[in-house]
Amino acid sequence: MRMFRSVTIGQHIPGDSIIHRLDPRTKILSAILLIVLLFVVNGFAGYGLVALAIALVVRASRIPGKFVLRGIRPLMMILILTLALHLFMTDGRVIFQFFFLKVTWEGLVRGLLMGTRLILLIMGTSMLTLTTSPMQLTDGIETLLRPGKKIGIPAHELAMMMTIALRFIPTLLEETEKIMKAQMARGADFQSGGLMQRAKSLIPLLVPLFVNAFRRADDLAIAMEARGYRGGEGRTKLRELQFQQHDLVALFLVVVFSVLVGVFF
Amino acid sequence: MTEPLIRFSDVSFIYTKTHGGEGLPALKDINFEVFEGEFVAVLGHNGSGKSTLAKHVNALLTPTSGQVVVAGLDTADQEKVWEIRQKVGMVFQNPDNQLVATTVEEDVAFGPENLGIPSAEIEERIAAALQAVDMLSYRLHSPHQLSGGQKQRVAIAGVISMLPKCIVLDEPTAMLDPAGRSEVISTIHRLNKEEQITVLHITHHMDEVIGADRVIVMDEGSIVMQGTPRQVFSQVDLLRSLHLDVPQVTDLAERLRNRGHRVPQGILTVKEMVMLLCPSD
Amino acid sequence: MSQAALRNVSLEIEDGELVGIIGPTGSGKSTLVQHFNGLLKPDSGKVYVDGVDLTLKDTQLRPIRQKVGMVFQYPEHQLFGETVLEDVGFGPQNIGLSDDDVVQRVQEALAYVGLDFASIKDQSPFELSGGQKRRVAIAGVLAMRPSVLILDEPTAGLDPEGREEILAEIRQLHNDGITVVLVTHSMEDVARLASRLIVMDQGAVALDGTPVEVFGQAARLKELGLGLPEITELMHELKANGLDVRTDILTVPEAEEEIIRVMGWQK
Repeated sequence: MRMFRSVTIGQHIPGDSIIHRLDPRTKILSAILLIVLLFVVNGFAGYGLVALAIALVVRASRIPGKFVLRGIRPLMMILILTLALHLFMTDGRVIFQFFFLKVTWEGLVRGLLMGTRLILLIMGTSMLTLTTSPMQLTDGIETLLRPGKKIGIPAHELAMMMTIALRFIPTLLEETEKIMKAQMARGADFQSGGLMQRAKSLIPLLVPLFVNAFRRADDLAIAMEARGYRGGEGRTKLRELQFQQHDLVALFLVVVFSVLVGVFF
Repeated sequence: MTEPLIRFSDVSFIYTKTHGGEGLPALKDINFEVFEGEFVAVLGHNGSGKSTLAKHVNALLTPTSGQVVVAGLDTADQEKVWEIRQKVGMVFQNPDNQLVATTVEEDVAFGPENLGIPSAEIEERIAAALQAVDMLSYRLHSPHQLSGGQKQRVAIAGVISMLPKCIVLDEPTAMLDPAGRSEVISTIHRLNKEEQITVLHITHHMDEVIGADRVIVMDEGSIVMQGTPRQVFSQVDLLRSLHLDVPQVTDLAERLRNRGHRVPQGILTVKEMVMLLCPSD
Repeated sequence: MSQAALRNVSLEIEDGELVGIIGPTGSGKSTLVQHFNGLLKPDSGKVYVDGVDLTLKDTQLRPIRQKVGMVFQYPEHQLFGETVLEDVGFGPQNIGLSDDDVVQRVQEALAYVGLDFASIKDQSPFELSGGQKRRVAIAGVLAMRPSVLILDEPTAGLDPEGREEILAEIRQLHNDGITVVLVTHSMEDVARLASRLIVMDQGAVALDGTPVEVFGQAARLKELGLGLPEITELMHELKANGLDVRTDILTVPEAEEEIIRVMGWQK
């Protein structure tokens, strides 16, 4: 299992299911379609169908449902806020009134719709990140953006930045911990005090962190140059993405489903 | 006489403002040659110019005056830069700051990818390079799971996968523990012997240069000594005046000799000292 | 991270000792010393500094951290101040000293590491040379006037000259009565400096004794993947090859005298 610790940055869960094996581009495109679809559809019946579809995908990916639901937790506040805003701010038939706060039937419906939309959005997109390694995701984005080069989208550079970020996240986390300890050893206090006090106490942590990050970036740039890096031009890849038959089938199904649901609901 | 792989002719280099320097000369009239298959160590204290020298070998820096020729290519020739960087690989001091990718194999692939090598061949090169540094079983690990010595070996693999003629190692062991240091040193000696890769090893650790064919000692941007390790280490006082250490055994031999005892110059290892003092077997 | 923690470690360090802690990477050396000033707390067991139990919930750690100064590996990577004065004064400021006292402390700490207060205090620490940065960072800890100083690989990455300077400063601090704990990979350094060595292995204390005692256990050290100082190794090898030399030798001058004695080279 130790081998996989490497790739579980973010929330990727390695596996060998049909969903895992899909080309990252298929999954990225499907996720985009899902987002569009969720904004086109505006009714519980349509959302029900989308939920069913997502449930099928979760099932096929053999990822435990709790991992998929976990993605919702950090967004709970936003969900509640969305619901509350719609609940209280929509005019219409009043269900009950509490001083100046009115809860309307229309508000309830819209709040629930918006909430469902958000939840489906999160679940659908987390299926993408759960089943795709960051490396694959980066490759997928790079290849998809490649045609955009003509209009000035730096596809390769974006992908390179993502790769380097992923590579250095663990290093920087370790470094943060070390600097914190070193400053605490000199009596620094990161916990107590008011907001201003606390913000100020972060300076001895953030300054070295940035200085070191720049130093690393410098070193890395020289090392990359020394290894013959000169941008994406003329570069090959260890693993070229291969669009396979099952990708075509999957994409076809997703498109058909989206069109049907989009048109009829 | 064969043509040298690397030749420095009257090379001087001055860091300008754009390099973040003060206009002080970092290299002064450097002349030396390295032949194919050699293992050359460059010694010097911090700020002696040895890293600046290293960066000249693969055109990361080009001389302010003078000429550096690598495998027949002038490093000042802009069009030859990428060819030179394929021929001369470079490994740096900080093991964390030179690995680019999130897995070992992707990192080793980085150089060949830049060269435009087809995927299938990259695959073969990765296997061969990781085998050569004895890291094949770590292929899918991510860099932060490795020890310092292992990271440096991956960095070396990342360079060998470009099939260079020569590797320049700029203080590759300065940040490693003793175990990591010996891993790296034995790896580069093996590559030199078995794969016939020319090595230019830059260091301030005396014990790491003992196995070299030749040692170049730098001070204040100039070459101040040159010779076999034995020749260099027989000048203990001069080394000391250059703020360099000598191995304890060499120090001991020198002290005994200075007191008039029959101890030859340039004793480098424990083994040699034992042979000297216990001649029976 | 839940790697190589500590297992059943019991040890005492007396006032005024200079203790070297050695052991392979991952043996728990750094984890151990971080318990000395409460940066880490044990899952079980007790840690006392000057009679104060660090494991109690209501123990104030700030005064402990002032008493037990800690210099981490590559301490120059933790510099942050706009000026050397600000950076070195960070610790004293945290203790709540007056500005005058802070300046006083900075002056004293910089003198310890051989830097000139007047010329360096207003410089940016980021523009100093590598060796100077390291010394400024060490001064930042000394400015707290600790009675115990822990240094984790203080000479890592320095060239021989820089290393000698730092080691000389450590010796000076020890002579001035500060208890020093030196975590290092360099057998030669601890052989020359330490009065006691603690060898860690897999989170436990493997050996504890004077350098002569510890380096006498050559076989055990080799087992742990640790070497001897080169000169000590030489004496062991000479002995193994039939020369009747003492093997409890840690420095080159000692070896010199011993070889002259055994070889009968005195005139």
